[in-house]
Amino acid sequence: MSRQAVGAPLSRVDGRLKVTGRAMYAADHPTDGVVHAAVVGSTVARGRITGIDARAALALSGVLKVISHRNAPRLAYRPNPSSNNPEGGERLHVFQDDKVLFHGQPVAVVVATTPEAAQHGASLVEVRYDAEKPSTDLTGTPAHAPVTYARGDADQAMRSAAVRLEMTYRTTRNHHNALEPHATIARWDGDRLTVWDKTQWVVGTQKELAAVFGIEPDAVRVISPCVGGAFGSGLRAWPHVTIAALAARELARPVKLVLTRKQLYSGTGYRPAYEYHLRLGSDRRGRLIAMVHDIKAETSSYEDFEEGVLAAGQMLYSMPHVRQAYRTVPLDVNTPLYMRGPGHATAAFAIESALDELAHELDIDPIELRRRNEPSEDESDGTPFSTRRLRECYTLGAREFGWDRRAPEPRSTRDGDWLIGMGMAAGVHTTRRNPAQARVLLDARGSALVEAATSDMGPGTCTAMTQVAADALGLTVRAVDFRLGDSTMPPTPAHGGSQTMASVGSAVQDGCDQLRRQAIELAVADERSPLHGADAGDVAVTDGRLHVKDDPARGETYQQLLARNNRTRLETLGSFTPEEPRFSMYAYGATFAEVAVDHRLGLVRVRRMLGVYDVGRIISPKLADSQALGGMVGGIGTALLEHTVTDHRDGRIVNANLADYLVPVNADVPDLRAIYLDGEDREASPIGVKGLGEVVHIGVAPAIANAVFHATGRRIRRLPITAEALL
Amino acid sequence: MHPFSYVKVSDIAGALAAGRRGGRYIAGGTMLVDLMRETVERPSTLVDISALPLRDVTVTARGGLRIGALVRMAEAAAHPKVRATYPVISQALELGASPQLRNMATIGGNIMQRTRCAYFRDVTAACNKRDPGSGCAALGGFNRTHAILGASDQCVATHPSDVAVAFAALEAIVRLVGPDGRRGVAFADFLLPPGSTPEREQAVRPGELITAVEIPALPRPLRSGYLKVSDRRSYEFALTSAAVALHVRGGVIREAKVAAGGVGTVPWKLPAVERRLIGERPSEALWAEAARLAAEGARPLAHNKFKIELLKRAVERQLRIVGGTA
Ligand SMILES: Cc1cc2nc3c(=O)[nH]c(=O)nc-3n(C[C@H](O)[C@H](O)[C@H](O)COP(=O)(O)OP(=O)(O)OC[C@H]3O[C@@H](n4cnc5c(N)ncnc54)[C@H](O)[C@@H]3O)c2cc1C
Ligand code: SF4
Repeated sequence: MSRQAVGAPLSRVDGRLKVTGRAMYAADHPTDGVVHAAVVGSTVARGRITGIDARAALALSGVLKVISHRNAPRLAYRPNPSSNNPEGGERLHVFQDDKVLFHGQPVAVVVATTPEAAQHGASLVEVRYDAEKPSTDLTGTPAHAPVTYARGDADQAMRSAAVRLEMTYRTTRNHHNALEPHATIARWDGDRLTVWDKTQWVVGTQKELAAVFGIEPDAVRVISPCVGGAFGSGLRAWPHVTIAALAARELARPVKLVLTRKQLYSGTGYRPAYEYHLRLGSDRRGRLIAMVHDIKAETSSYEDFEEGVLAAGQMLYSMPHVRQAYRTVPLDVNTPLYMRGPGHATAAFAIESALDELAHELDIDPIELRRRNEPSEDESDGTPFSTRRLRECYTLGAREFGWDRRAPEPRSTRDGDWLIGMGMAAGVHTTRRNPAQARVLLDARGSALVEAATSDMGPGTCTAMTQVAADALGLTVRAVDFRLGDSTMPPTPAHGGSQTMASVGSAVQDGCDQLRRQAIELAVADERSPLHGADAGDVAVTDGRLHVKDDPARGETYQQLLARNNRTRLETLGSFTPEEPRFSMYAYGATFAEVAVDHRLGLVRVRRMLGVYDVGRIISPKLADSQALGGMVGGIGTALLEHTVTDHRDGRIVNANLADYLVPVNADVPDLRAIYLDGEDREASPIGVKGLGEVVHIGVAPAIANAVFHATGRRIRRLPITAEALL
Repeated sequence: MHPFSYVKVSDIAGALAAGRRGGRYIAGGTMLVDLMRETVERPSTLVDISALPLRDVTVTARGGLRIGALVRMAEAAAHPKVRATYPVISQALELGASPQLRNMATIGGNIMQRTRCAYFRDVTAACNKRDPGSGCAALGGFNRTHAILGASDQCVATHPSDVAVAFAALEAIVRLVGPDGRRGVAFADFLLPPGSTPEREQAVRPGELITAVEIPALPRPLRSGYLKVSDRRSYEFALTSAAVALHVRGGVIREAKVAAGGVGTVPWKLPAVERRLIGERPSEALWAEAARLAAEGARPLAHNKFKIELLKRAVERQLRIVGGTA
């Protein structure tokens, strides 16, 4: 018997390609006759463009054209409710008028024969503005009407609760800051547009480009085989994608546009800053009675971006009374977008910090408090849980982390100048699934090609899909080639929201199951096959050989079967369509952190972390670990370092580079460990997967903040936690 | 980036000739190229000095140490003489930048590095240092990392170097050669507080080349070390740092050299702290008392008030680490 591929700690199938530098990222595609574009960003955050002087740029040798609203053609910008465009408002129309809506907004593009000339040219374009005072501060700016939720009468219940807490938590804007910058190469062949782009959703980008240019989606092809990290930033087609295509059409030549690191801070989205006001009431034994969530988050003046910040407050803990109001605040900034664990991560910081505050107030162990409030159904709407094993996460996590060594009293453990603390937090993330398809081809050599228009921004999609396909087809991993990242491939949902494995993986499973069955049917009906007459249900495929389960000697290979039948290939189209959910489906996790705080210098160092996850079936444990550890590292960043700083005087982002926007470096990353509860969730997806890419990030920041409290006795309700808060 | 021409010189005379014609020296390029990319620096000619014979660490006649201007940060840090005699220099170097940068960056380039003030690096912001007379965006802007000491109403930027703090503490001498010959400049006079000319950062004359940094001999035994406090554990400039060197004989502090980084517009020598220490016996109480003098004259900005307390605590901590509590 060959080993199962699913569940094996396989190394990435494309690992060698990547570490040897041969993987092709968006800007790497060789394109004949390509010219280069550099964007000119606005230097005011609100106002009108009164003049553009491009003469100096145009005088440079190599500069071909400068395009701005003055000379750009009008674009169709048809409505497109797909492609992750927010429901409210209207997307930025590049170069269509003189309005400036945020600092760094593209106001012109310089196209030249070399990237150097384009960039030099861009620095010489002089733009004059009639500037107005922008409003970029979440605090004190009027909000949109709220999205609300209520059950029971939370305000009334709060008044009679024996224990009442009221807190405001604040989080800062975070940028995705993936290593690969966003880049686009656009080429027109007549009316057909081909785009090589950094995107997490070739189909989404295809639809958006079709809508912007007023052409049919079929006339647009988007190619994106490799993505050098994204964390969500590739979930929309940003203005620069349009600019590249527009410039290519204007110049009648392929155009390459690579955003600079600095431009990524205004040219793509970000995790919005929040003010999360939370009131909580419980009885003296820690049974929650009510929570009131008043949530404010930034959005742009032109689009109303909302994300899943409400779910956790409705279903993570049992309580009769909940009221929520979620208000977005329109500011003179560019539009935010999903960033790893969107909404959930922010909600977890508030709710899980608050639970820790309550535990301290009542002198109850934080884990015990959570156990006391564990619901038996999803109280937001009364549906049963498909699987919810948070209790097991707590038990296992507490044991493996050594939670019993934690002295309950804050500020009670010391190691020289360091105060030591342990904290924990729960995390929850919606299990999302959407329709997906995958094409499966088995060739005469007995090798399979599996294709779907999904992406691999880092989780190892190619590897995990290969594992699923190999097992379903009865092939070795090496006999399977999985390809993705081309809008001509079978459509899939966005590669985000932790839905790829569940959705695309299930389509791959379906396509491969169909193909295996097709081969078996062919064999058992074929008089010349050793399998002729066998019951199809008794036939299995192992290492590319079809055989009777109880009589392995009786069989033949795919190759033999196809050759004899003069078939060059077998082909199927797998699909997955989620059923109307009858269950409440979420991925869960419990994160534990131990920190050391230099009590005099205010420095926080994470010493070790453990995450225990209830995420359904683990297809690929090695990839799961890289997700989980990466999620924890990202959480360290959110908790202690990451902060996009806006200068509210003029709306400029002050630290738009990786020297000043701090992300964790190796020295900040301690001993990390992840454990996955053994099991699967067949309600969530046919392959038993719930999705894990985001839940691993959610709960990390509050676990660290709670550990800081335990170490120091200081409750910090603002992220990131920096020295000034602890001095 | 703006176009430029590039020449590589092989001897000092060639360098000075090119410098006299207005060429800009480039050593490791780790700072200059960055700033050229942002168009903060727009030299028309780069003079590559990396092949000049300024790569030695030698012991001077009087027993001090001479570090050639082109010695890489990594080499200087690892040099046995530096490690043995001035651990504060090795530590300051190794706590700075990243291994890749330290393998490229030179000692001369390090003390010539320009501020990390974000507005200085953003050519669309007002900045007197980059564009004299345009104003100072940091004064009323985001100034958490800026100076609490030595600022003027023209500029509040810190000098970012770590090793320069050690050099300031040890009273190093910068050796230069220029069209008018050779000279030495005391470190205290080498880096210039902004005053009314923030664009002038070093006492280097046009075309002058740094040849070495010289550390004067200090009485032995000398204990020294560098403490760096930053948000991130590595690869990050100092919020506050402290360089301390102490010579203790017969249980009494005979010599004390103390400077702080991350808080001043230049590495901030702390003579009041030094005076308080000399002649005393090491004790926890002494460290605390001396450190209280560290922030004398500090004037915080909107976002960096915490640095006053942090500075005192960092100095106290480093006095204790270096001086112990006999
Ligand atoms: C991301 C990053 C992080 C960093 N972190 C730190 C840190 O934590 N601590 C720290 O101390 N530093 C840090 N640095 C700064 C680094 O130390 C300097 O960039 C480096 O020392 C400059 O040396 P260089 O040889 O590369 O100089 P170059 O970039 O070649 O030159 C810098 C300047 O010095 C001039 N110059 C160079 N050599 C001479 C000479 N012999 N005579 C006259 N003029 C000369 C050049 O004309 C130029 O103006 C960091 C830099 C980066 C990019
Ligand atoms: S502090 Fe100095 S460097 Fe920074 S903006 Fe002001 S003048 Fe420029």
